[in-house]
Amino acid sequence: MSTPHVLLGLLADGPKHGYDLKRAHDLKLPRAKPVAFGQVYATLGRLVRDGLVVPAGQDRDAGPDRTSYELTEEGRNALKEWIAAVEAPMPHLSSVLLAKVVVALLVGDADQAREYLAAQRAAHTVRLRELTGVKTDAAASLSDVIAADFGIAHLDADLRWLQTTLDRVADLHREVTTR
Amino acid sequence: MSYLSARGLVRSYGRTPALRGVNVDVEEGEIVAVTGPSGCGKSTLLHCLAGILRPDAGEVSYRGQRIDTLSEGARAALRRTEFGVLFQFGQLVAELTAAENVALPLLLAGTGRREARTAALSWLDRLGVADLADQRPGEMSGGQQQRCAVARSLVTEPRVLFCDEPTGALDSLAGEQVLGHIVRLAREQRTTVVLVTHDVQVAAYGDREIMLRDGAADPTGLGTVAAQR
Ligand SMILES: Nc1ncnc2c1ncn2[C@@H]1O[C@H](COP(=O)(O)OP(=O)(O)OP(=O)(O)O)[C@@H](O)[C@H]1O
Ligand SMILES: [Mg+2]
Repeated sequence: MSTPHVLLGLLADGPKHGYDLKRAHDLKLPRAKPVAFGQVYATLGRLVRDGLVVPAGQDRDAGPDRTSYELTEEGRNALKEWIAAVEAPMPHLSSVLLAKVVVALLVGDADQAREYLAAQRAAHTVRLRELTGVKTDAAASLSDVIAADFGIAHLDADLRWLQTTLDRVADLHREVTTR
Repeated sequence: MSYLSARGLVRSYGRTPALRGVNVDVEEGEIVAVTGPSGCGKSTLLHCLAGILRPDAGEVSYRGQRIDTLSEGARAALRRTEFGVLFQFGQLVAELTAAENVALPLLLAGTGRREARTAALSWLDRLGVADLADQRPGEMSGGQQQRCAVARSLVTEPRVLFCDEPTGALDSLAGEQVLGHIVRLAREQRTTVVLVTHDVQVAAYGDREIMLRDGAADPTGLGTVAAQR
């Protein structure tokens, strides 16, 4: 995904070593999947190779893990460009949710499709409630709230689609069974 | 028996059925969202639960007592003392200031003017609109008016708050603030809330959801219409 650019972003306010980067990543993107140490070091390696970051010294009596890294001029530019670039709005209409419904209909099992849709709707609703709880929690930070908003908006979109599809499949079902 | 419950509620408007046998149980202190597509009977259910409308058949009980059989006057008294209501458009009185609007339910309940004003100002403060106390609704934004309406619906410290699309006329941030206030204050006061909405994001402020469809409860969300007994 965008881990290299996120790491560049985390280096923007000064050099950090791998461990700091992992911690900062998980702190700033609290609801994203935590990044693995291995991934941080592998990514740093590629960023060094591409000239976007350079090693900036080492903590004394520490191993190679304590090397800290800083952004190069090129790295700063790459970060700016990445932030400014508009992402393609949903280039591929692919999702496991969509695939399951399509496949269920393909095998002619509208009932199973409806049951799946209703169960998925219920699971989405529970998650939506959890994330909404973040917003009413007085202790939530701005990044917590922004991350919750992101999840909420996407769950809302999924839920609308789930409900509409449920209605369409139910109509189809009525047509078939009353014919 | 539940704190607030309905059994087999049936209600029609002329020949249009709105509720076709609905059962509902709400426990004390719960925030329950009532959801479902437009026309499924959410508002009618809310009005029956709040004693505003009488069902054609079925029962509504509140703290172990039937309320659907009470006289119009007794139900009005219940709404003044035990229940609060909040609608999409706060329905503030245009000629009165924010503080006067919020004090109104207390004055109607017989509280003295001074005390009512003090309470009104403190509720406006809790909703973050204390500085609007002497403004009239026409001089406020929709979000500000709705916060005053929340203050008015809570000033009597009702045990149950009935909300019908309370943020339907607000943008998402203004709506979020109003809902945040309602939830926070309800938790503080252990107020039971029945929140009617067709919006899944609003419903998510509730502890759970009662789904309606074509005038009947739809517990599986499958849209299977089966009137309950
Ligand atoms: N005053 C009325 N006179 C006649 N029919 C009514 C009246 N109020 C509601 N209805 C009908 O009763 C049914 C249920 O209406 P209700 O207002 O309870 O639905 P709702 O779920 O609140 O809808 P919405 O989401 O659009 O507010 C609908 O078919 C509606 O047309
Ligand atoms: Mg309604």
